[in-house]
Amino acid sequence: MARFGRIIVGLVAIVIVVGIGFWAWASEPAIDPVSRPAAGQFSKASIAKGAELAALGNCQACHTRPNGKAYAGGYPVETPFGTIYGSNITPDPDTGIGKWSEAAFRRSMHEGLRRDGGHLYPAFPYTHFTKVSDADIKDIYAFLMTRPAVHNTVPSPDLPFPLDIRMVMAGWNLLFFHEGRYQPDGSQNAAWNHGAYIAEGLGHCAACHVPMNMFGAEKTDKGYAGGNAAGWHAPALDKSSPSPVGWTKDELAGYLRGDMTPHHGVAAGPMADVTKVLAEVPHADVEALSTYILSKGATKPADARKAAIADAGKKSFQVTTAQKANFKGSAKDGEAIFAGACASCHFDGGSQPFYRPVDLSLSSAVNAPNATNLVQIITHGVKPAAGGSGPIMPGFGDVLTDDQTASLVGYVRKHFTGKPAWDHVDKAISTSKETAGQ
Amino acid sequence: MITLTVNGKTHQAESDPTTPLLYVLRDEMKLNGAKYGCGLGQCGSCTVLLEDKPVFSCQIPISVLEGRKVTTLEGLGTIDEPGRVQKAFIDEQAAQCGYCIAGMIMRSEGLLRRNAFPSDAEIRDWMQPNLCRCGTHSRILKAVRRAANAESGA
Repeated sequence: MARFGRIIVGLVAIVIVVGIGFWAWASEPAIDPVSRPAAGQFSKASIAKGAELAALGNCQACHTRPNGKAYAGGYPVETPFGTIYGSNITPDPDTGIGKWSEAAFRRSMHEGLRRDGGHLYPAFPYTHFTKVSDADIKDIYAFLMTRPAVHNTVPSPDLPFPLDIRMVMAGWNLLFFHEGRYQPDGSQNAAWNHGAYIAEGLGHCAACHVPMNMFGAEKTDKGYAGGNAAGWHAPALDKSSPSPVGWTKDELAGYLRGDMTPHHGVAAGPMADVTKVLAEVPHADVEALSTYILSKGATKPADARKAAIADAGKKSFQVTTAQKANFKGSAKDGEAIFAGACASCHFDGGSQPFYRPVDLSLSSAVNAPNATNLVQIITHGVKPAAGGSGPIMPGFGDVLTDDQTASLVGYVRKHFTGKPAWDHVDKAISTSKETAGQ
Repeated sequence: MITLTVNGKTHQAESDPTTPLLYVLRDEMKLNGAKYGCGLGQCGSCTVLLEDKPVFSCQIPISVLEGRKVTTLEGLGTIDEPGRVQKAFIDEQAAQCGYCIAGMIMRSEGLLRRNAFPSDAEIRDWMQPNLCRCGTHSRILKAVRRAANAESGA
């Protein structure tokens, strides 16, 4: 018994020593607080550049809660592990970053640490922001520090043990975080490198468009093979892109600025917010971004493009008035539902072609590897980002029963693509109906 | 032929199954409460309740309505005995041209069926999809508030 007791004591001692060792290794120093810098100390040019850079980073998406004040935090970021709330990055001294020096801000971007040395969770994509230059961070700091200070205490992350211990992220960083600024690729031109700097840095495209491993880290070896974002599927940007026509540089640049592109439609879901901010940054940045992203392979040769467009024309929905009268109108008949609810806009000669919708045979949502985005669009519709303008589609979430939605989804997938039916359509429908629309 | 259940009564629709509910309500059933506004599901003047949820009747083919319950403005009350939301709109004189009001009342009714004690912010948020071009918004919001208070006895 005494021997057993000694083993226990020994084990406890080992745990304590390892714990202290981990604590000593994982602890990071605080950076001294400063008084909020006077607005006059930042140049107008620096603040203006910072505004563009903050738009490229889409900072306000996660740092502003719905109907909340800009950058005052509180937006719930749903992760597979729990909910993390975007922090208050206005210069409020008590609840924001008013006491943060530029050095503290730079360290948070480059190393994922708070001013007090606490670890940030990688829902804040410091894994990408580490690539951003000191000069750009200086300008973002100038922009944020000259925003109105908003007193707003953000809820603590809702994470299970042990993830609720921030220091655990030191171990995550050891496995998945590679600190360091962007290094230009000498074999590529300036536009490509500028695009790569934006996409891999501030733009953090990969946070949604790259699949994640079980630890919530990007599977970088998979490239841009597609991932998830706020209940939507973030399509692949590499050669596995679901678009049958592929993308040209002009199409992609237009799409990223929020344009309605004939063969791709308009961004929906969380991407609509991204295109809204990209519409405000210099065109050259978006062109560069397009150059870089297209180098991942989502293009198609001219003849394949032509063939896809011709094929889509053949599949377009055609129905005569006489046929309409003959629809049995079974609530389970996807074609009948399409003829009544969708065809007024979604077929050539439809009665309401205010916006010429994208041909469904060419739609990435209909050609996607899963039903998520088509279901989200049917349930919640399409609408421009708040304050913006653009194509609209009413949502049918409260109109169609789950069975009717499933029939419609099955019909659209089969008729317009001829591809195999999706699995887990029911799950996609119930999940979509539980979440608010974008 | 599609059988509709509107305000508790059944109706055999003569129109083809792809026809929007709004046309059947107005043309076949002579229920003219719901109005044709934009025809795109963007203005809300055609709002009716499907089960207890407000929906745009201009966007719903009758083919999907077999066995489901539709309620229109006429189903909430009569001129002599207006329903709670109708009465609140009358009491607040919440109408100018009145074209949007049937839809506004139906959307309010949908809110109170789901949430008997809405906050002012919840009322504003909920009423967003319905448009009014006269600028009667303040009175409409007061009317919804009044109906909610009547409901809760406040």
